Amino acid sequence: MALFLARRLALVLVTVFGITVFAFALIHLIPGDPVTLMFGERNVDPAQLAALRAQLGLDRPLIVQYGLYVWRALHGDLGTSLATHDSVMDEFLTYFPATIELAVSAMLLAILLGVPAGIIAALRRGGTTDYSVMGLALAGYSMPIFWWAILLILLFSVTLGITPVSGRVDIAYDIQPVTGFMLIDSLLSDDSGAFRSALSHLVLPAVALGTIPLAVIARMTRSAMLEVLNEDYVRTARAKGLSPLRVVGLHALRNALIPVITVVGLQVGSLFGGAVLTETIFAWPGVGNWLIHGIQRRDYPVLQGGILMVAVVVILVNLTVDILSSMVNPRMRHRG
Amino acid sequence: MSVTIATSDTRLGDLRQHFLASRGGMIGAVLITTLILAAIFAPLLAPYGPNEQMRQAILHPPDGFGGAFPLGTDDVGRDVYSRLLFGARLSLSIGAVVVTLSFLVGTLLGLIAGFAGGAVEALVMRLMDIMLALPTLLLAIAVVAVLGPGLSNAMLAVAIVQLPGFVRLTRAAVLVELGKDYVAASRMAGAGRVRLMFLTVLPNCMAPLIVQASLGFSSAILDTAALGFLGLGAQPPTPEWGTMLADALQFVQSAWWVVTFPGIAILLTVLGFNLVGDGLRDALDPRLKRA
Repeated sequence: MALFLARRLALVLVTVFGITVFAFALIHLIPGDPVTLMFGERNVDPAQLAALRAQLGLDRPLIVQYGLYVWRALHGDLGTSLATHDSVMDEFLTYFPATIELAVSAMLLAILLGVPAGIIAALRRGGTTDYSVMGLALAGYSMPIFWWAILLILLFSVTLGITPVSGRVDIAYDIQPVTGFMLIDSLLSDDSGAFRSALSHLVLPAVALGTIPLAVIARMTRSAMLEVLNEDYVRTARAKGLSPLRVVGLHALRNALIPVITVVGLQVGSLFGGAVLTETIFAWPGVGNWLIHGIQRRDYPVLQGGILMVAVVVILVNLTVDILSSMVNPRMRHRG
Repeated sequence: MSVTIATSDTRLGDLRQHFLASRGGMIGAVLITTLILAAIFAPLLAPYGPNEQMRQAILHPPDGFGGAFPLGTDDVGRDVYSRLLFGARLSLSIGAVVVTLSFLVGTLLGLIAGFAGGAVEALVMRLMDIMLALPTLLLAIAVVAVLGPGLSNAMLAVAIVQLPGFVRLTRAAVLVELGKDYVAASRMAGAGRVRLMFLTVLPNCMAPLIVQASLGFSSAILDTAALGFLGLGAQPPTPEWGTMLADALQFVQSAWWVVTFPGIAILLTVLGFNLVGDGLRDALDPRLKRA
């Protein structure tokens, strides 16, 4: 286990190193000089530009610049947004809780619906239920979520008027950001309407973002369950006369869930990708929305810092999932 | 050599037979064939040109097939049905270009990594790990930010994003094949490294790569449409489906058809390639199917 951990951590360090190189290179690969980009096309005194260049360390050799970049990043300094002149790290930390809130809700939805759907499909293999569940799962898996989100808005917000179109909470409520998570903050605000408002704002984005993981989890649970149900120990459990509920719930499910945990972990990365689209459509003030605005405004420090931070988060989540699954399944530890 | 060719032939033959028996795969094949036919015959099928503006019919609701505007018109009076037909050409070309690019480069890198081993292998595989650490759409966005928005840059970005899948699959398959007797035999018969790579080993690694290519087609179309939707891919007035959706977004409340039909087109296309990919995967691994 110690060896597995050491090897896994070494890989993480290499990957994080690579990501910093990539993020650093991003600014230098973009056509144009970073300082000129900051000032735009305006006429600025060349001496002033040179001074700023020196101040930012842009006149030093690339390798020194990279070293400086990593040193600053390690100290939480990811530069300053060109558009707002705020610290990129502060901005990231402001927007990040909204993305976590959305991503966690979407994932919970996906697990709570996907696992039972997969189990039912596996138990009714070849029947109408199986075909309908798997058909729906395949459609969900193929769904362009930006379109799916629009359809949801069209049905639930525009036609039925049940849910709001965008944002995190009704502007009538003045919620003090304590944790950054609107559901918790609105509960703390002593205003019962605020929590309901926050919840109704969250439902559609969470459904939109959760659809693809839901489909993937349902498919994975079904095939893992089918594989396990054929195993000898399940047959033994049945032969012993255990109730079907006990066989499925206790013996089969426990082993079938191992690959499902791995898939859940793998989905976290794509969840961030999907969050970019979902947040854009629902005007959800999260990291994805922030990044897209950053690109539209050619705010490269935001893009650079945001990409670095998202990658680090995804790497850490994957590491956690790996460690968790190796604890559940010792065979994992011996794989590369 | 003859042994190698025989094994790969029977494998692909088996694949074909199993695939034909898969219901989902056949539905997918029908969807894709329809799409290809629509793309080829777009100029004959489409009542109007993709950018032809009918000023007298702005946001005209759908008339149904046989009517003047089968799926309605958009905000500048262009026929949605005609644009979708021409968009099919774009979507298929996007899929083909992206998959070809990442297939060629990815397979080559995977072969090199598998054969070279050591530092080269470590370098290639760590590079792929780094690419996999970023969510695909985000990596594509970063690449487009460097290259600038536009359809060809978006395609290049999506092709780069798809590389790790091909590299990893090829390398894994190469490592399995390298341990087999026929490779040792071929090596002893004096086959050079390049011959071993491309003529002896590669044909036997094709099966999983074909599945990956089919699934790659669907994600290429989906990701390029997503980039188009974010304004980073194809630019208006190109009849690319994702870009059409982004254009139509502001009319979502007044004209449901301008947002509904491009989405259905994307969904059916992606579904088709996923069904075919699944069918191929089941055909490749009959054990999973039996289970």
